Amino acid sequence: MAKIKLSEKKIEELKDVCKSFNNDKAELINVLHKAQGLFGYLPAELQEVIARELNISVAHVYGVVTFYSFFTMLPKGEYPISICLGTACYVRGAEKVLEEFKRVLKIQVGETTPDGKFSLSCLRCVGACGLAPVVLVGEKVYGRVSPEGVKDIIAEYSN
Amino acid sequence: MGKIKYHILVCVGTACQTAKSEEILKNFKELIKVKGLETEVQAIQTGCFGFCENGPIVKMMPDNTFYTKVTPEDCSEIIDEHIINGKKVDRLLYVSPETKESIGDSRHKGFHKKQIRIALRNCGFINPENIDEYIARYGYQALGKVLTELTPEATIEIIKKSGLRGRGGGGFPTGLKWEITRAVTSDKKYVVCNADEGDPGAFMDRSVLEGDPHTVLEAMAINGYCTGADQGVIYIRAEYPLAVERLKIAMKQAREYGLLGKDILGTGFNFDIEIRYGAGAFVCGEETALIHSMEGLRGEPTVKPPFPSESGFFGKPTNVNNVETYANIPPIIMKGSDWFSAIGTEKSKGTKVFALAGKINNVGLIEVPMGITLREVIYEIGGGIRNGRKFKAAQTGGPSGGMLTEKHLDTPIDYDNLIAAGSMMGSGGMIVMDEDDCMVGMAKFYLEFTVEESCGKCSPCRIGNKRLFETLEKITQGHAIAEDLDKLRNLSNVIKDTSLCGLGQTSPNPVLSSMDNFYHEYLEHVHNKKCRAGNCKSLMQYLIIAENCIGCTLCARNCPVDAIAGERKQAHLIDQEKCIKCGACMEKCKFNAIFIN
Repeated sequence: MAKIKLSEKKIEELKDVCKSFNNDKAELINVLHKAQGLFGYLPAELQEVIARELNISVAHVYGVVTFYSFFTMLPKGEYPISICLGTACYVRGAEKVLEEFKRVLKIQVGETTPDGKFSLSCLRCVGACGLAPVVLVGEKVYGRVSPEGVKDIIAEYSN
Repeated sequence: MGKIKYHILVCVGTACQTAKSEEILKNFKELIKVKGLETEVQAIQTGCFGFCENGPIVKMMPDNTFYTKVTPEDCSEIIDEHIINGKKVDRLLYVSPETKESIGDSRHKGFHKKQIRIALRNCGFINPENIDEYIARYGYQALGKVLTELTPEATIEIIKKSGLRGRGGGGFPTGLKWEITRAVTSDKKYVVCNADEGDPGAFMDRSVLEGDPHTVLEAMAINGYCTGADQGVIYIRAEYPLAVERLKIAMKQAREYGLLGKDILGTGFNFDIEIRYGAGAFVCGEETALIHSMEGLRGEPTVKPPFPSESGFFGKPTNVNNVETYANIPPIIMKGSDWFSAIGTEKSKGTKVFALAGKINNVGLIEVPMGITLREVIYEIGGGIRNGRKFKAAQTGGPSGGMLTEKHLDTPIDYDNLIAAGSMMGSGGMIVMDEDDCMVGMAKFYLEFTVEESCGKCSPCRIGNKRLFETLEKITQGHAIAEDLDKLRNLSNVIKDTSLCGLGQTSPNPVLSSMDNFYHEYLEHVHNKKCRAGNCKSLMQYLIIAENCIGCTLCARNCPVDAIAGERKQAHLIDQEKCIKCGACMEKCKFNAIFIN
């Protein structure tokens, strides 16, 4: 993994986050949520800072980051696309929608397009099962998506 | 509700919000102002009505008119016609799929007729962001009654007698759980609300938290009083931002009203609640894993005993209940255990909330008395199978459950009957499948989920489920042999018997239950390399009908892998070995000469 240099300012921000949770190691997951909100992802350098601040091993932080699917160590695209693969969406054809996104964007799940614009991920149930299959682009939810509709969604963000 | 003549209730649950319900609410509020109706009409936001398929939903009170699939542009027509002219807007009414009649009064809809709403009593009636509306519907009265009139023992006795069992999946008697936690002596105890709804396709807890957050807070305080805890923790999925926000608002209001915090209602009882976030791990629904996750660790389960009631959060006695269980507590306290235990079956009392999804007409949230049959749920409440297809199976209990089939349609649904049928109650997801769904494919889908969500601590679950998944993959790709089916069954039983926690102990259920009920489909995949639902891509065959093929060569020229051979003006042939099933040939053929077998 490429080394990323975190700016001093960002590191200070991160330390403030840790401090707001009293540098309590039991708050690790809350700290990681805030950190991911701040940086968009959780690179190794960032985990080292958190480990130091909360006085726990880097292995502990890394173990938690990799355990939970919500945390990511890879930067997401400008427009992260998530396809719901919950059961309700699955039985209504979410897999075909996912295949179409892969085909059109020419990337696999977990990858980002070379221009950094789109990244593709799967998630399990946003609870909008009445609208299945569901696709999220950033925070925006698209309901009843068909493979044919995939190109239109991508086109919305392409310019 | 004062002099207000009309209330316009707009659902702002996640599903309706996605379909612009916030804009609808805004439009109503503006229109009411513009037309000077502020003194007579009020537009308010509410939680989920449960009729998510037809959202966004707008309900008019007091006449119970239920408008479906409303758009922001419809608001002015509703105000002009319904409120000013007193005429219902027919085109927005729900049309019954069976009788083709439009239904004006929501209470007469098949969807609502068979339901009894206890846990969801306030969802869709009150504004979840306003504590006064909760209080107006007897909110916090149960807490008041418990604190001023009842001892903890007497309260636990009511819960025990009511027969309430844990709604998270296990079905452990709630009153007994409270009693066990109470009996342990400790300087500090915790009560926890498990709102880590991980079952894909289930959204019961989210709807309760979004539509009626105070009921959970009130019940947790009652639980604290009974068990001797002064601290509550809500463990909630980070994927539910709206529910988190509503909870935070509710907690703030409850503190301002002195219903949380120090010296509640002047009785000297202290109780406060904090929120901790999950981060997307299904296994965290298991009590011990959940507690580890709350402590900032990997959410791996540990062996019980010790049970959380002895040693839980930070090693202190901890009582964990799920959202829906809590939502049942205040009504039980207010109306009594006899009222509650009169609903349901002999061993399963009260109601159960189900998230109805899949190939069904009325996707949504329902609350039904225990003992209702699957037939009533699917055909009367659910409005039948989509597009007039035939019912094939319903999966309850999510990835831990099994498939109920036609022969189970008239079995009363309760904890014990579902287990006897090879499934389980689970948290309440109910996914309906029709004849276009491949049962081997479904089992594979659930196993893929389990493999991804297994925490990896114990090998039967970590390795065994992976092997199950691989075998299922082999079957769906047409590479399996008869022996694989026996292996599948044996391995499933080993995993069930030897896994550490509930996740592994139940993960083979979809395999076993689909084998029990649809063994012929497994056999077809293995012996005939055939998928009757046409779901398994590898088993599909693109074939050319010789009579229809005029030999234009268009298909052959478009095939990306040169799998089609044939002379000009003669029937072509697809080489099945080479074919990648992309479908390009079928798309191009102008003579309908290509079909899928």
